[in-house]
Amino acid sequence: MTGWRAFTGRAVVFAHDNVDTDQLIPARFMSAPRAQGYGRFLLHDHPDRDTLSGAEIVIAGRNFGCGSSREAAVYALVDAGIRAVIAPGFGDIFAANAVNNGLLPAVVADTAALRAAVDAGGEIAIDLEKGTLSAGEITETFTLDAAARDKIVNGWDDIDLTASHTDTIATFIKTYHGTYPWSRPNPKGEPTCA
Amino acid sequence: MKTLFAKVWDRHEVLRRDDGVSLLFVDRHLVHEGSHHAFRKLADRGLAVSRPDLTFGVTDHYAPTRPGHATDAIRGMMAGLVENTARHGIRCFGPDDPGQGIVHVIGPEQGLTLPGLVINCGDSHTSTHGAFGAIAFGIGATEVAHVLATQTVWQKRPPVMRLTIDGTLASGVTAKDVALGWIAQLGADGARGHAVEYAGSTVRAMSMEARMTLCNLSIEGGARCGMVAPDAVTLEYIRGRAFAPGADLWDAACADWLSLATDPDAAFDRDVTLDASTIAPLVTWGTSPEDALPITADVPAPKDDHARDALAYMGLTAGRPLAGTPIDRVFIGSCTNGRIEDLRAAAAVLSGRRARVPGMVSPGSAAVKRQAEDEGLDRIFADAGLEWVDPGCSMCVGMNGDTVARGERCASSTNRNFKGRQGQGARTHLMSPAMVAAAALTGALADVRPLLRGRT
Ligand code: SF4
Repeated sequence: MTGWRAFTGRAVVFAHDNVDTDQLIPARFMSAPRAQGYGRFLLHDHPDRDTLSGAEIVIAGRNFGCGSSREAAVYALVDAGIRAVIAPGFGDIFAANAVNNGLLPAVVADTAALRAAVDAGGEIAIDLEKGTLSAGEITETFTLDAAARDKIVNGWDDIDLTASHTDTIATFIKTYHGTYPWSRPNPKGEPTCA
Repeated sequence: MKTLFAKVWDRHEVLRRDDGVSLLFVDRHLVHEGSHHAFRKLADRGLAVSRPDLTFGVTDHYAPTRPGHATDAIRGMMAGLVENTARHGIRCFGPDDPGQGIVHVIGPEQGLTLPGLVINCGDSHTSTHGAFGAIAFGIGATEVAHVLATQTVWQKRPPVMRLTIDGTLASGVTAKDVALGWIAQLGADGARGHAVEYAGSTVRAMSMEARMTLCNLSIEGGARCGMVAPDAVTLEYIRGRAFAPGADLWDAACADWLSLATDPDAAFDRDVTLDASTIAPLVTWGTSPEDALPITADVPAPKDDHARDALAYMGLTAGRPLAGTPIDRVFIGSCTNGRIEDLRAAAAVLSGRRARVPGMVSPGSAAVKRQAEDEGLDRIFADAGLEWVDPGCSMCVGMNGDTVARGERCASSTNRNFKGRQGQGARTHLMSPAMVAAAALTGALADVRPLLRGRT
């Protein structure tokens, strides 16, 4: 994944609260391989889905991305060309999935000023390092974990990062299983028909 | 002075970076058909599964619940998992395995879920396993690939919230009502980002299955995970299960597990209390689990755009009583309420009576199905006119084709009333299995308590 530091793009308001992952991508589309592209599934059954056409940044409502862990919800947004979602709060797992795919989940407690600026047909300029969102005369700061920011900026992949700790992990597991041998699945275990 | 959460977290921390993010060792990793994205990521990089002995697979999300109902696409999804797990040497509870079932039902059932573990699965209701005093949370496909490759997960330590529930639950009131109650009170993001420890006399008095229902719904309140401290009830449940520790390790395991309980003076980041005696059977009226009210209440006047939109979608009129709202069908099942005690609770209401609407009962696992049949519960459901089907996620998510038709209203023992969750345009009312049974008998949303008179 390639990282990014700054982005300016067309922003739209999608003001619904509690937009869950079942709405972001209905379950029936989730068996498709990613290579086919997930953009066309985004908010497929939502009456307001056209609002998002051509959008690169979305200003959303409370608790965006709540619900399931399906990373496909993030694939749908990313494949539809969206780089950032701005909301008062996100579903926890959704936010982690977003960061893992270079999609910025920017927390802004009160999005009223940004919404007003964007309703006039505006763009938003994102500066990841400064943690700011600018639209016309307005600049808001957003909240994002330092670790999440570094990941998006550098396009880091966790598997590569963790590979440098392989020996530490092996040593840890050895000690751990020595201390808590009962934590392992019983090797004799096989499901019974009882 | 440490919390249960801290004790479990600390023993799994392989390392902590300067930015506060920890690398945790993962004791159990559960995969299902939906894990195909992660297996693809692994294949693309030519990586092996690091610890197949700690990884278990199961077909559930796409599992057909009626013979001959699987389409080629559905068979393909299940075959994909069976192939991927076989390639990597992972034990898979596939379609015909006697241990098959919903991932969060079979983990505990097989003794794979134990106190003190870190458990991951690419599914948000992994929080269920926290009922045993494990840190169990759902992860996305990128993280699933990471756990497969490294048997570890990067996590920032969450704040911990204690939810203390004291008092006795009235007859007809269940763990489902407790969960919907606190979510209605705090909101669907009320516990966002927190690990929740459920404490108090009400929780201590709950069976393991009730605790699982409680922890299962943690995610619907925005929590990262839910936990209950292990006690005698926990140990009793685990003893003798297939993958649980044998006699050689049992005593040491028990001593360790009981030591995990939160120390008396440990501090929490947040403390919330709930009085169990004030909780009535609840139903949801909207499209978020936070939209829940006692069955005796009226459809609320909408206070914001979300509520207006939810009422329109649900086809409800503000000010009318919730009870008496006609329904089209019922569903009993899912990882929230598809265990044997849930089926018994529904059967206790249905026994000797006829449902007025069609419906399906899908046990949470093949083992639950066998036990229910041994107890004759299948007959009670069939005699009531409900369909007794095979185990799987079924109508909770509709991936296997079991869906609610557009505009139909379903009384459901599941966990999500999201728009379209049970099918395009489907209207879902969440409630306990006993309340679903009451709805089936009356053909409408109904209070189960009068129907229980003389029965419990
Ligand atoms: S039963 Fe429903 S909530 Fe549970 S794992 Fe299956 S789809 Fe998810």
